[in-house]
Amino acid sequence: MTSPARSSARRIAALLTGILLLVPAATGCGHNAGSGAAGGEVTAITALDYYTDESEHTQWGDLLTACGRTVGVRVEQTSVPGASLIPKVLQQASSRTLPDLLMLDNPDLQQIARTGALTPLDGYGIDADGFAQGIVSAGTYQGRVYGLAPNVSTVALIYNKDMLAEAGVAVPRTWDELKAAAAALTRPGRYGMAVDANATFEGTWQFLPFLWSNGGDERQLDTPQAAQALQLWVDLVKSGSMSKSVLNWTQADVHDQFVAGRTAMMINGPWRIPALEKDANLHWGVAPVPVPRLGQSPVTPLGGEVWAVPQNPSKARQEKAARVLSCLNSPSNMLTLAQEHHTVPSRTSVAAQHAEENPSTAAFARSVAAARARTSELGTEWPKAATGIYTAIQSALTGEQTPEEALSHAQQTATGH
Amino acid sequence: MRSRPRPATDPVPVRHGERWARWLFIAPAAAYLLLFFGYPVVENVVMSFQRYTVTTFYTGDAPFVGLRNYAAILSSSRFPRTLLTTAVFTVGSVLGQFAVGLALALFFRRRFPLGGVLRSLLLLPWLLPLVASGTTWKWMLDPDTGVVNAVLRGLHLSSSGVPWLTGTSQALLSVVLVNVWVGVPFNTAILYGGLQDIPPHLYEAAKLDGAGSLASFRHITWPLLRPVVSVVLVLGAVYTVKVLDIILVVTGGGPADATGTIATQSYELSFRQFDFGRGAAMGNLLIVLSLVFAVLYLRADRRARTV
Repeated sequence: MTSPARSSARRIAALLTGILLLVPAATGCGHNAGSGAAGGEVTAITALDYYTDESEHTQWGDLLTACGRTVGVRVEQTSVPGASLIPKVLQQASSRTLPDLLMLDNPDLQQIARTGALTPLDGYGIDADGFAQGIVSAGTYQGRVYGLAPNVSTVALIYNKDMLAEAGVAVPRTWDELKAAAAALTRPGRYGMAVDANATFEGTWQFLPFLWSNGGDERQLDTPQAAQALQLWVDLVKSGSMSKSVLNWTQADVHDQFVAGRTAMMINGPWRIPALEKDANLHWGVAPVPVPRLGQSPVTPLGGEVWAVPQNPSKARQEKAARVLSCLNSPSNMLTLAQEHHTVPSRTSVAAQHAEENPSTAAFARSVAAARARTSELGTEWPKAATGIYTAIQSALTGEQTPEEALSHAQQTATGH
Repeated sequence: MRSRPRPATDPVPVRHGERWARWLFIAPAAAYLLLFFGYPVVENVVMSFQRYTVTTFYTGDAPFVGLRNYAAILSSSRFPRTLLTTAVFTVGSVLGQFAVGLALALFFRRRFPLGGVLRSLLLLPWLLPLVASGTTWKWMLDPDTGVVNAVLRGLHLSSSGVPWLTGTSQALLSVVLVNVWVGVPFNTAILYGGLQDIPPHLYEAAKLDGAGSLASFRHITWPLLRPVVSVVLVLGAVYTVKVLDIILVVTGGGPADATGTIATQSYELSFRQFDFGRGAAMGNLLIVLSLVFAVLYLRADRRARTV
């Protein structure tokens, strides 16, 4: 009894010692490989984005490869789903394995820049001259530009031409027209209007054109202007022109409802156009988001992804990454991207040229000129206000609170710590 | 080598070696527990006392804030409602699962053709990935296009349909119903096992004494099943209080926070608002709650063994 116990104890002890010796060896090896590659000539850099959709992934991959070739590097592109990008970046930030070139959704840039993980672009001789004001403010943190987007987008009203013609309804331009049109377009099994009122930042993003066009402001949410905007959504749901399910719909769900003919109008962005074009029987048009009173121009939120150069011990790699970033933002590549993704070039002069050549998406182009970045006023405090806004939308649409009560609550959320 | 007889040594080193061996046998399990349970829990507790934000990931700088994270979540205007929702969700789910589970277990105790097949089919909800079944439920419960409302309208039970996912009180009912559906197989399996342990001759004797089915349930089944019942209830509570996936998939915690529990709140704080300090504090609250149920479980289990 004693002898096997003793020998097995010895065997286990040997095994454990082996494991203990192996672990540091393995991690040590990893470090050596990493620093070894950083020393010599830079032949490849890494890029991280959230373009996981097949056509988008390939188009961006091709552009990154082409830009890499002009500066003599291979660009290794990695794409993660949108919701996993920030968690992935945080992970990489703590393990110091950030990519050489990083794409971020524009409202996230300032928060990541605040951590110190990004480098200002002026250090590489890149400036933001000629770029639309909105996107520059989204890419700027404490007075320095950290990220630039080659193309931008926003939301607009997308409508089913056949349904409007059949109901004898003109494309609504004002809130009153929108309510009347939505009511006239509603049939059994079909709603007049659809938005994304989800309890996420996406719901907030869709509400912003209504809030901002009415003079509402995220710095002060408990105002009559904000309450009127929210009341519009409440009225649409209460009158039955908009499904109460908007509470759970994402922008993709809203799109699916539109394509299935279950809604006659929707708020959505130009990135839906390729999918809309696939259905030959679907005749759709794009118009600016309706405004409170005739003659006003809508103020919409600016969408788009900025590219940044993270901190890296190797200056050579950063230089290469910055030159690829600069290539992505060149006027000709902007035009290509805008063409491929139905978006708008972020340089105002290029945008004008693009709008002339593409009258079908001119509604987006006009709106982008006046589009506002979500972080332009509150900066890194924006997520709190955004949380307050989508919570207010949910409370008001479920009937838990009046728009006024819901928004005064939102103001507390936005300013609370 | 193994057959070589060992020379007799004095007893002290032998006992010493044996003690060593004992520790070495425990070591793998202990190392596993420390690494995969102890370390995260300790880290989570430490995190809950820090201002741990997005910046912390890059700079590693997480200032100590004492109990401020706990104060913030406990004093939040949302907290009483979150606690109430958690309680309603847990109690509703556990009781629902238990009632249906017990009824099915009693039903399957009777022998009938294909009974065994049906009983194994009953385990299906347990075997399906929760995200898949949750998504299916979300489709079925859709107020406009879901099959549940289509049936209700078809039977003229409701003209406009029930707002399963869009009404605040109905949404809570919906997630409870889905969770009951998920938990029934577990309850049925355990209670069925418990029923099998009751000696059949007791029922025969009761029958001879003229006891009906109700009387024999009250005086034989229930008292003898009690220890198993308490184990099932306590385990059910532990499993339910921490449910995150079902709620996230079916309602996302909405509408208007109507289905937000401590678990979904903790997730939202950490992974949507990236306020990891508060998220950790909320998570620790959940651990304490589970621990209370775990102690209850250990007691119930001990009683079940001694009976």
